[in-house]
Amino acid sequence: MLPLELKDVCFAVNGRNIIDCVSVQIGAGPRTIILGANGAGKSVLMRLCHGLLQPTAGEIKWRGGNGNRRSRQAMVFQRPVMLRRSALANVVYGLKLAGFAAGECDLRARDVLEAVGLERQADRPARILSGGEQQRLALARAWALGPEVLFLDEPTANLDPGAARDVESIIAAIHATGTKIIMTTHNLGQARRLGDEILFLSQGRLVERAPVERFFRAPAAAEAAAFIKDELPWQ
Amino acid sequence: MTDLIRAFAEAFDLISRLDAKLIEIVALSLAVSLTAVAIATILGLPLGALFAVGRFRGRQMVIVLLNALMGLPPVVVGLLVYLLLSRAGPLGALGILFTPTAMIIAQAILITPIIAALSRQTIEDAWHEYEEQLRSLGAQRLTASVTLLWDTRFSLVTIILAGFGRAAAEVGAVIIVGGNIDGVTRVMTTAIALETSKGDLPLALGLGIILVGLVVALNAGASVIKEAALRRYG
Ligand SMILES: Nc1ncnc2c1ncn2[C@@H]1O[C@H](COP(=O)(O)OP(=O)(O)O)[C@@H](O)[C@H]1O
Ligand SMILES: [Mg+2]
Repeated sequence: MLPLELKDVCFAVNGRNIIDCVSVQIGAGPRTIILGANGAGKSVLMRLCHGLLQPTAGEIKWRGGNGNRRSRQAMVFQRPVMLRRSALANVVYGLKLAGFAAGECDLRARDVLEAVGLERQADRPARILSGGEQQRLALARAWALGPEVLFLDEPTANLDPGAARDVESIIAAIHATGTKIIMTTHNLGQARRLGDEILFLSQGRLVERAPVERFFRAPAAAEAAAFIKDELPWQ
Repeated sequence: MTDLIRAFAEAFDLISRLDAKLIEIVALSLAVSLTAVAIATILGLPLGALFAVGRFRGRQMVIVLLNALMGLPPVVVGLLVYLLLSRAGPLGALGILFTPTAMIIAQAILITPIIAALSRQTIEDAWHEYEEQLRSLGAQRLTASVTLLWDTRFSLVTIILAGFGRAAAEVGAVIIVGGNIDGVTRVMTTAIALETSKGDLPLALGLGIILVGLVVALNAGASVIKEAALRRYG
Protein backbone atom coordinates (compact mmCIF):
# COMPACT_ATOMS: atom_id res chain seq x y z
CA MET A 1 0.00 0.00 0.00
CA LEU A 2 3.05 2.31 0.21
CA PRO A 3 3.95 4.97 -0.71
CA LEU A 4 2.04 7.10 1.75
CA GLU A 5 1.33 10.56 0.47
CA LEU A 6 0.42 13.62 2.53
CA LYS A 7 -0.75 16.64 0.60
CA ASP A 8 -0.99 19.97 2.45
CA VAL A 9 -2.10 18.18 5.58
CA CYS A 10 -3.22 20.38 8.46
CA PHE A 11 -4.66 19.48 11.81
CA ALA A 12 -6.20 22.38 13.64
CA VAL A 13 -7.64 22.52 17.13
CA ASN A 14 -9.48 25.68 18.09
CA GLY A 15 -8.06 27.47 15.09
CA ARG A 16 -4.45 26.60 15.95
CA ASN A 17 -2.60 24.46 13.43
CA ILE A 18 -0.94 21.69 15.38
CA ILE A 19 0.11 20.19 12.07
CA ASP A 20 0.75 22.93 9.59
CA CYS A 21 0.50 22.19 5.89
CA VAL A 22 2.69 19.10 5.74
CA SER A 23 3.34 17.57 2.33
CA VAL A 24 5.50 14.51 2.04
CA GLN A 25 5.70 11.15 0.33
CA ILE A 26 6.96 8.22 2.35
CA GLY A 27 8.04 5.21 0.35
CA ALA A 28 8.86 1.60 1.15
CA GLY A 29 12.32 0.64 2.34
CA PRO A 30 14.28 3.09 4.47
CA ARG A 31 13.42 3.51 8.12
CA THR A 32 11.81 6.91 8.47
CA ILE A 33 12.36 8.82 11.69
CA ILE A 34 10.09 11.72 12.57
CA LEU A 35 12.30 13.86 14.76
CA GLY A 36 11.43 16.96 16.71
CA ALA A 37 11.26 18.57 20.12
CA ASN A 38 8.50 17.82 22.61
CA GLY A 39 5.27 19.36 21.41
CA ALA A 40 6.44 19.60 17.79
CA GLY A 41 3.45 17.55 16.64
CA LYS A 42 5.10 14.17 16.07
CA SER A 43 2.41 12.12 17.79
CA VAL A 44 -0.38 13.98 16.06
CA LEU A 45 1.27 13.53 12.67
CA MET A 46 1.65 9.82 13.31
CA ARG A 47 -1.99 9.46 14.37
CA LEU A 48 -3.01 11.24 11.19
CA CYS A 49 -0.92 8.86 9.09
CA HIS A 50 -2.31 5.82 10.91
CA GLY A 51 -5.87 7.06 10.50
CA LEU A 52 -6.69 7.62 14.16
CA LEU A 53 -7.18 11.33 13.45
CA GLN A 54 -8.64 12.97 10.37
CA PRO A 55 -6.85 15.98 8.89
CA THR A 56 -8.81 19.22 9.05
CA ALA A 57 -7.35 20.19 5.68
CA GLY A 58 -5.40 18.43 2.97
CA GLU A 59 -5.39 14.72 2.27
CA ILE A 60 -3.62 11.54 3.18
CA LYS A 61 -3.50 8.76 0.62
CA TRP A 62 -1.97 5.34 0.35
CA ARG A 63 -0.84 5.30 -3.24
CA GLY A 64 0.27 1.70 -3.64
CA GLY A 65 -1.70 -1.41 -4.59
CA ASN A 66 -4.44 -2.63 -2.23
CA GLY A 67 -5.07 0.93 -1.07
CA ASN A 68 -5.42 1.36 2.67
CA ARG A 69 -5.97 -1.98 4.34
CA ARG A 70 -6.16 -1.41 8.08
CA SER A 71 -4.70 -4.80 8.87
CA ARG A 72 -1.63 -3.99 6.78
CA GLN A 73 -0.57 -1.25 9.16
CA ALA A 74 0.02 -1.37 12.88
CA MET A 75 0.99 1.09 15.58
CA VAL A 76 2.87 0.88 18.86
CA PHE A 77 2.10 3.68 21.27
CA GLN A 78 4.33 5.50 23.70
CA ARG A 79 2.45 3.94 26.61
CA PRO A 80 1.42 0.39 25.77
CA VAL A 81 -2.24 -0.44 26.42
CA MET A 82 -2.54 -4.02 27.56
CA LEU A 83 -5.79 -5.89 27.84
CA ARG A 84 -6.62 -7.59 31.13
CA ARG A 85 -5.67 -11.05 29.93
CA SER A 86 -2.50 -13.05 29.34
CA ALA A 87 0.36 -11.82 27.19
CA LEU A 88 -0.44 -14.54 24.67
CA ALA A 89 -4.13 -13.59 24.63
CA ASN A 90 -3.19 -9.98 23.91
CA VAL A 91 -1.37 -11.06 20.75
CA VAL A 92 -4.13 -13.46 19.77
CA TYR A 93 -6.68 -10.67 20.23
CA GLY A 94 -5.00 -8.58 17.52
CA LEU A 95 -4.66 -11.57 15.21
CA LYS A 96 -8.35 -12.45 15.50
CA LEU A 97 -9.38 -8.88 14.72
CA ALA A 98 -7.11 -8.94 11.68
CA GLY A 99 -8.95 -12.01 10.46
CA PHE A 100 -6.40 -14.76 11.06
CA ALA A 101 -7.85 -18.25 11.28
CA ALA A 102 -8.48 -19.37 14.85
CA GLY A 103 -6.16 -22.36 14.54
CA GLU A 104 -3.33 -20.23 13.26
CA CYS A 105 -3.51 -17.52 15.92
CA ASP A 106 -2.05 -19.42 18.84
CA LEU A 107 0.94 -20.74 16.94
CA ARG A 108 1.69 -17.41 15.35
CA ALA A 109 1.38 -15.61 18.67
CA ARG A 110 3.77 -18.02 20.41
CA ASP A 111 6.30 -17.61 17.61
CA VAL A 112 6.30 -13.86 17.86
CA LEU A 113 6.44 -13.90 21.66
CA GLU A 114 9.56 -16.01 21.35
CA ALA A 115 10.99 -13.55 18.87
CA VAL A 116 10.67 -10.72 21.40
CA GLY A 117 11.93 -12.89 24.26
CA LEU A 118 8.63 -13.23 26.10
CA GLU A 119 7.96 -16.95 25.64
CA ARG A 120 8.23 -17.53 29.39
CA GLN A 121 5.75 -14.73 30.11
CA ALA A 122 3.21 -15.97 27.57
CA ASP A 123 0.67 -17.08 30.12
CA ARG A 124 1.16 -14.29 32.63
CA PRO A 125 -1.33 -11.44 32.86
CA ALA A 126 -0.10 -8.72 30.52
CA ARG A 127 -0.78 -5.80 32.83
CA ILE A 128 1.52 -7.00 35.58
CA LEU A 129 4.52 -7.32 33.26
CA SER A 130 7.26 -4.70 33.65
CA GLY A 131 7.22 -1.57 31.49
CA GLY A 132 9.89 -2.97 29.20
CA GLU A 133 8.13 -6.30 28.89
CA GLN A 134 4.85 -4.57 28.11
CA GLN A 135 6.46 -2.56 25.35
CA ARG A 136 8.00 -5.72 23.89
CA LEU A 137 4.58 -7.31 24.08
CA ALA A 138 3.09 -4.32 22.26
CA LEU A 139 5.74 -4.81 19.56
CA ALA A 140 4.90 -8.51 19.38
CA ARG A 141 1.19 -7.76 19.06
CA ALA A 142 1.92 -5.43 16.14
CA TRP A 143 4.57 -7.65 14.53
CA ALA A 144 2.33 -10.72 14.65
CA LEU A 145 0.02 -9.03 12.17
CA GLY A 146 2.82 -9.03 9.62
CA PRO A 147 2.15 -5.38 8.80
CA GLU A 148 3.52 -3.69 5.70
CA VAL A 149 3.96 -0.51 7.74
CA LEU A 150 4.67 -0.21 11.46
CA PHE A 151 4.20 3.13 13.19
CA LEU A 152 6.10 3.58 16.45
CA ASP A 153 5.47 6.60 18.66
CA GLU A 154 8.46 7.17 20.95
CA PRO A 155 8.52 3.47 21.80
CA THR A 156 11.36 3.80 24.31
CA ALA A 157 10.50 7.14 25.90
CA ASN A 158 9.32 5.62 29.18
CA LEU A 159 11.92 2.86 29.44
CA ASP A 160 15.24 2.49 31.20
CA PRO A 161 18.31 2.11 28.98
CA GLY A 162 18.41 -1.69 29.12
CA ALA A 163 14.77 -2.09 28.16
CA ALA A 164 15.19 0.58 25.49
CA ARG A 165 18.06 -1.41 23.97
CA ASP A 166 15.88 -4.53 23.80
CA VAL A 167 13.13 -2.58 22.10
CA GLU A 168 15.57 -1.08 19.60
CA SER A 169 16.92 -4.47 18.62
CA ILE A 170 13.37 -5.79 18.14
CA ILE A 171 12.60 -2.82 15.89
CA ALA A 172 15.70 -3.64 13.87
CA ALA A 173 14.54 -7.25 13.57
CA ILE A 174 11.08 -6.16 12.41
CA HIS A 175 12.70 -3.93 9.80
CA ALA A 176 14.83 -6.87 8.68
CA THR A 177 11.69 -8.89 7.91
CA GLY A 178 10.69 -6.24 5.38
CA THR A 179 8.28 -4.10 7.39
CA LYS A 180 8.46 -0.38 6.75
CA ILE A 181 9.35 1.43 9.98
CA ILE A 182 8.01 4.91 10.64
CA MET A 183 9.01 6.06 14.08
CA THR A 184 8.95 9.25 16.12
CA THR A 185 11.62 10.16 18.62
CA HIS A 186 13.15 13.20 20.21
CA ASN A 187 16.29 11.20 21.00
CA LEU A 188 19.13 11.95 18.58
CA GLY A 189 21.12 8.85 19.46
CA GLN A 190 18.15 6.67 18.71
CA ALA A 191 17.43 8.51 15.48
CA ARG A 192 20.98 7.83 14.40
CA ARG A 193 21.00 4.19 15.45
CA LEU A 194 17.64 3.25 13.97
CA GLY A 195 17.01 5.74 11.18
CA ASP A 196 17.79 5.85 7.52
CA GLU A 197 16.08 9.13 6.82
CA ILE A 198 14.90 11.97 9.02
CA LEU A 199 11.77 14.04 8.76
CA PHE A 200 12.38 16.99 11.05
CA LEU A 201 9.29 18.58 12.51
CA SER A 202 9.22 21.95 14.22
CA GLN A 203 6.05 23.57 15.53
CA GLY A 204 3.89 21.43 13.31
CA ARG A 205 5.84 22.17 10.15
CA LEU A 206 8.02 19.75 8.24
CA VAL A 207 11.17 21.83 7.95
CA GLU A 208 13.67 19.28 6.69
CA ARG A 209 13.91 15.87 5.13
CA ALA A 210 17.32 14.29 4.78
CA PRO A 211 19.27 11.03 4.99
CA VAL A 212 20.41 10.48 8.58
CA GLU A 213 24.09 10.91 7.94
CA ARG A 214 23.62 14.18 6.08
CA PHE A 215 21.07 15.46 8.57
CA PHE A 216 23.47 15.21 11.49
CA ARG A 217 26.54 16.35 9.56
CA ALA A 218 25.01 19.36 7.90
CA PRO A 219 21.40 20.14 8.82
CA ALA A 220 19.94 22.53 6.30
CA ALA A 221 17.18 24.07 8.38
CA ALA A 222 18.08 26.50 11.11
CA GLU A 223 15.58 24.86 13.49
CA ALA A 224 17.19 21.47 12.91
CA ALA A 225 20.67 22.83 13.53
CA ALA A 226 19.49 24.49 16.72
CA PHE A 227 17.80 21.29 17.91
CA ILE A 228 20.92 19.22 17.33
CA LYS A 229 23.02 21.82 19.11
CA ASP A 230 20.65 21.89 22.09
CA GLU A 231 20.61 18.13 22.37
CA LEU A 232 24.35 17.69 21.86
CA PRO A 233 25.84 20.80 23.46
CA TRP A 234 29.35 19.30 23.60
CA GLN A 235 29.70 19.06 19.83
CA MET B 1 -32.99 -3.29 78.67
CA THR B 2 -33.62 -6.92 79.60
CA ASP B 3 -36.34 -6.99 76.94
CA LEU B 4 -33.79 -5.98 74.38
CA ILE B 5 -31.32 -8.60 75.54
CA ARG B 6 -34.02 -11.24 75.52
CA ALA B 7 -35.05 -10.20 72.00
CA PHE B 8 -31.47 -10.53 70.78
CA ALA B 9 -31.10 -13.91 72.45
CA GLU B 10 -34.28 -15.16 70.85
CA ALA B 11 -33.23 -13.74 67.50
CA PHE B 12 -29.94 -15.65 67.61
CA ASP B 13 -31.85 -18.71 68.70
CA LEU B 14 -34.10 -18.42 65.63
CA ILE B 15 -31.09 -18.11 63.39
CA SER B 16 -29.09 -20.90 65.00
CA ARG B 17 -31.87 -23.47 64.78
CA LEU B 18 -32.74 -22.36 61.24
CA ASP B 19 -36.32 -21.52 62.11
CA ALA B 20 -38.54 -22.61 59.23
CA LYS B 21 -40.42 -19.34 58.94
CA LEU B 22 -37.22 -17.32 59.04
CA ILE B 23 -35.63 -19.50 56.37
CA GLU B 24 -38.69 -19.23 54.16
CA ILE B 25 -38.58 -15.44 54.30
CA VAL B 26 -34.84 -15.26 53.68
CA ALA B 27 -35.11 -17.71 50.79
CA LEU B 28 -37.85 -15.70 49.10
CA SER B 29 -35.86 -12.50 49.58
CA LEU B 30 -32.83 -14.04 47.94
CA ALA B 31 -34.86 -15.54 45.10
CA VAL B 32 -36.60 -12.24 44.32
CA SER B 33 -33.54 -10.02 44.58
CA LEU B 34 -31.18 -12.41 42.77
CA THR B 35 -33.62 -12.75 39.88
CA ALA B 36 -34.09 -8.99 39.77
CA VAL B 37 -30.34 -8.39 39.76
CA ALA B 38 -29.87 -10.98 37.01
CA ILE B 39 -32.42 -9.18 34.83
CA ALA B 40 -30.94 -5.78 35.69
CA THR B 41 -27.47 -7.05 34.78
CA ILE B 42 -28.59 -8.45 31.44
CA LEU B 43 -30.22 -5.10 30.62
CA GLY B 44 -27.90 -2.73 32.45
CA LEU B 45 -24.47 -3.84 31.25
CA PRO B 46 -25.20 -3.56 27.51
CA LEU B 47 -26.88 -0.22 28.16
CA GLY B 48 -23.85 0.93 30.13
CA ALA B 49 -21.53 -0.14 27.29
CA LEU B 50 -23.76 1.52 24.70
CA PHE B 51 -23.79 4.85 26.53
CA ALA B 52 -20.05 4.61 27.22
CA VAL B 53 -18.89 3.84 23.69
CA GLY B 54 -21.78 4.97 21.53
CA ARG B 55 -21.87 8.35 19.84
CA PHE B 56 -25.36 9.60 19.19
CA ARG B 57 -27.37 12.77 19.56
CA GLY B 58 -28.65 13.44 23.03
CA ARG B 59 -26.12 11.11 24.61
CA GLN B 60 -25.19 13.62 27.28
CA MET B 61 -28.83 14.07 28.22
CA VAL B 62 -29.41 10.35 28.39
CA ILE B 63 -26.47 10.03 30.76
CA VAL B 64 -27.75 12.80 33.01
CA LEU B 65 -31.16 11.13 33.06
CA LEU B 66 -29.63 7.74 33.77
CA ASN B 67 -27.63 9.12 36.68
CA ALA B 68 -30.76 10.75 38.03
CA LEU B 69 -32.65 7.44 37.78
CA MET B 70 -30.11 5.90 40.16
CA GLY B 71 -31.82 7.86 42.90
CA LEU B 72 -35.33 6.63 42.10
CA PRO B 73 -37.25 6.29 45.39
CA PRO B 74 -38.35 2.66 45.79
CA VAL B 75 -41.87 3.66 46.82
CA VAL B 76 -42.32 5.58 43.59
CA VAL B 77 -41.17 2.60 41.55
CA GLY B 78 -43.54 0.47 43.60
CA LEU B 79 -46.38 2.84 42.89
CA LEU B 80 -45.69 2.89 39.14
CA VAL B 81 -45.47 -0.88 38.91
CA TYR B 82 -48.62 -1.12 41.01
CA LEU B 83 -50.47 1.14 38.57
CA LEU B 84 -49.22 -0.95 35.64
CA LEU B 85 -50.17 -4.28 37.16
CA SER B 86 -53.35 -3.40 39.04
CA ARG B 87 -56.53 -4.83 37.62
CA ALA B 88 -57.42 -1.57 35.87
CA GLY B 89 -53.88 -0.99 34.66
CA PRO B 90 -52.47 -1.73 31.18
CA LEU B 91 -50.89 -5.00 32.32
CA GLY B 92 -53.67 -5.90 34.76
CA ALA B 93 -54.73 -8.86 32.65
CA LEU B 94 -51.52 -10.67 33.58
CA GLY B 95 -52.82 -10.97 37.12
CA ILE B 96 -49.35 -10.84 38.68
CA LEU B 97 -49.88 -8.09 41.23
CA PHE B 98 -49.09 -9.35 44.74
CA THR B 99 -46.87 -12.13 43.44
CA PRO B 100 -43.08 -12.52 43.60
CA THR B 101 -43.02 -11.80 39.86
CA ALA B 102 -44.33 -8.29 40.49
CA MET B 103 -41.66 -7.80 43.15
CA ILE B 104 -38.97 -8.94 40.74
CA ILE B 105 -40.21 -6.50 38.11
CA ALA B 106 -40.22 -3.60 40.58
CA GLN B 107 -36.72 -4.35 41.87
CA ALA B 108 -35.36 -4.87 38.35
CA ILE B 109 -36.70 -1.44 37.39
CA LEU B 110 -35.16 0.01 40.50
CA ILE B 111 -31.63 -1.34 39.96
CA THR B 112 -31.26 -1.47 36.18
CA PRO B 113 -30.45 2.27 36.10
CA ILE B 114 -27.95 1.77 38.91
CA ILE B 115 -26.10 -0.98 37.08
CA ALA B 116 -26.33 0.86 33.75
CA ALA B 117 -25.12 4.20 35.15
CA LEU B 118 -22.27 2.82 37.24
CA SER B 119 -21.08 0.47 34.50
CA ARG B 120 -21.30 3.31 31.96
CA GLN B 121 -18.83 5.29 34.06
CA THR B 122 -16.47 2.35 34.51
CA ILE B 123 -16.58 1.32 30.85
CA GLU B 124 -16.15 4.88 29.62
CA ASP B 125 -13.04 5.32 31.77
CA ALA B 126 -11.61 2.15 30.26
CA TRP B 127 -12.61 3.32 26.76
CA HIS B 128 -10.56 6.49 27.22
CA GLU B 129 -7.57 4.33 28.01
CA TYR B 130 -8.15 1.73 25.27
CA GLU B 131 -9.77 3.62 22.43
CA GLU B 132 -6.75 4.35 20.25
CA GLN B 133 -5.24 0.92 20.76
CA LEU B 134 -8.49 -0.88 19.93
CA ARG B 135 -9.17 1.28 16.89
CA SER B 136 -5.60 0.73 15.76
CA LEU B 137 -6.18 -3.01 15.93
CA GLY B 138 -9.30 -2.56 13.83
CA ALA B 139 -11.97 -3.11 16.49
CA GLN B 140 -15.40 -1.75 15.62
CA ARG B 141 -17.51 -0.25 18.38
CA LEU B 142 -19.41 -3.46 19.05
CA THR B 143 -16.24 -5.52 19.37
CA ALA B 144 -14.71 -2.77 21.48
CA SER B 145 -17.74 -2.83 23.80
CA VAL B 146 -17.44 -6.57 24.35
CA THR B 147 -13.72 -6.19 24.99
CA LEU B 148 -14.33 -3.41 27.50
CA LEU B 149 -17.03 -5.37 29.32
CA TRP B 150 -14.62 -8.26 29.68
CA ASP B 151 -11.70 -6.08 30.70
CA THR B 152 -13.65 -4.26 33.40
CA ARG B 153 -15.26 -7.48 34.64
CA PHE B 154 -13.99 -7.16 38.21
CA SER B 155 -15.30 -3.64 38.63
CA LEU B 156 -18.56 -4.75 37.07
CA VAL B 157 -18.91 -7.54 39.63
CA THR B 158 -18.66 -4.93 42.37
CA ILE B 159 -21.35 -2.89 40.65
CA ILE B 160 -23.64 -5.89 40.31
CA LEU B 161 -23.17 -6.70 43.99
CA ALA B 162 -24.02 -3.12 44.88
CA GLY B 163 -27.20 -3.50 42.84
CA PHE B 164 -28.04 -6.69 44.67
CA GLY B 165 -27.46 -5.02 48.02
CA ARG B 166 -29.79 -2.20 47.06
CA ALA B 167 -32.49 -4.63 45.93
CA ALA B 168 -32.29 -6.86 48.99
CA ALA B 169 -32.42 -3.87 51.36
CA GLU B 170 -35.27 -1.88 49.84
CA VAL B 171 -38.75 -2.14 51.29
CA GLY B 172 -40.84 0.53 49.57
CA ALA B 173 -41.28 -1.15 46.19
CA VAL B 174 -41.82 -4.74 47.29
CA ILE B 175 -44.31 -3.86 50.00
CA ILE B 176 -46.52 -2.02 47.51
CA VAL B 177 -46.45 -4.54 44.65
CA GLY B 178 -46.02 -7.65 46.81
CA GLY B 179 -48.42 -6.81 49.56
CA ASN B 180 -46.39 -8.59 52.24
CA ILE B 181 -48.57 -11.70 52.13
CA ASP B 182 -47.44 -14.31 54.64
CA GLY B 183 -45.82 -17.24 52.90
CA VAL B 184 -46.25 -15.72 49.43
CA THR B 185 -44.65 -12.32 49.13
CA ARG B 186 -43.16 -11.70 52.56
CA VAL B 187 -39.46 -10.90 52.30
CA MET B 188 -36.92 -9.80 54.88
CA THR B 189 -37.52 -6.08 54.72
CA THR B 190 -41.32 -6.22 54.65
CA ALA B 191 -41.31 -8.81 57.42
CA ILE B 192 -39.10 -6.59 59.58
CA ALA B 193 -41.46 -3.66 59.06
CA LEU B 194 -44.51 -5.74 59.93
CA GLU B 195 -43.09 -7.73 62.86
CA THR B 196 -41.71 -4.59 64.44
CA SER B 197 -45.08 -2.87 64.29
CA LYS B 198 -46.71 -6.02 65.71
CA GLY B 199 -44.12 -6.16 68.49
CA ASP B 200 -42.56 -9.50 67.46
CA LEU B 201 -39.06 -8.23 67.99
CA PRO B 202 -37.10 -11.50 67.88
CA LEU B 203 -38.16 -12.36 64.33
CA ALA B 204 -37.63 -8.77 63.18
CA LEU B 205 -34.24 -8.66 64.83
CA GLY B 206 -33.22 -12.05 63.49
CA LEU B 207 -34.07 -10.96 59.96
CA GLY B 208 -32.35 -7.64 60.54
CA ILE B 209 -29.18 -9.38 61.65
CA ILE B 210 -29.22 -11.60 58.57
CA LEU B 211 -29.86 -8.61 56.29
CA VAL B 212 -27.02 -6.60 57.76
CA GLY B 213 -24.78 -9.65 57.64
CA LEU B 214 -25.65 -10.11 53.98
CA VAL B 215 -24.88 -6.50 53.12
CA VAL B 216 -21.59 -6.60 55.00
CA ALA B 217 -20.63 -9.91 53.40
CA LEU B 218 -21.43 -8.58 49.94
CA ASN B 219 -19.33 -5.49 50.41
CA ALA B 220 -16.47 -7.50 51.86
CA GLY B 221 -16.76 -9.98 49.01
CA ALA B 222 -16.75 -7.21 46.45
CA SER B 223 -13.62 -5.58 47.79
CA VAL B 224 -11.86 -8.94 48.18
CA ILE B 225 -12.65 -9.80 44.56
CA LYS B 226 -11.41 -6.44 43.35
CA GLU B 227 -8.23 -6.52 45.42
CA ALA B 228 -7.39 -10.06 44.36
CA ALA B 229 -8.09 -9.27 40.72
CA LEU B 230 -5.95 -6.17 40.85
CA ARG B 231 -3.05 -8.12 42.28
CA ARG B 232 -3.52 -10.97 39.84
CA TYR B 233 -4.30 -9.10 36.62
CA GLY B 234 -3.13 -5.51 37.19
N1 LIG C 1 -6.18 16.26 20.71
C1 LIG C 1 -5.51 17.42 20.92
N2 LIG C 1 -6.19 18.54 21.18
C2 LIG C 1 -5.55 19.71 21.38
N3 LIG C 1 -4.24 19.86 21.34
C3 LIG C 1 -3.50 18.77 21.10
C4 LIG C 1 -4.09 17.49 20.88
N4 LIG C 1 -3.11 16.59 20.69
C5 LIG C 1 -1.97 17.30 20.77
N5 LIG C 1 -2.17 18.59 21.01
C6 LIG C 1 -1.14 19.65 21.09
O1 LIG C 1 -0.45 19.60 19.89
C7 LIG C 1 0.93 19.82 20.09
C8 LIG C 1 1.72 18.66 19.53
O2 LIG C 1 1.48 17.51 20.31
P1 LIG C 1 2.21 16.13 20.04
O3 LIG C 1 1.96 15.68 18.67
O4 LIG C 1 1.80 15.21 21.13
O5 LIG C 1 3.74 16.52 20.22
P2 LIG C 1 5.00 15.57 20.24
O6 LIG C 1 5.87 16.02 19.12
O7 LIG C 1 5.67 15.78 21.56
O8 LIG C 1 4.52 14.16 20.06
C9 LIG C 1 1.10 20.02 21.57
O9 LIG C 1 1.17 21.41 21.82
C10 LIG C 1 -0.13 19.41 22.17
O10 LIG C 1 -0.46 20.08 23.37
MG1 LIG D 1 4.53 12.52 21.30
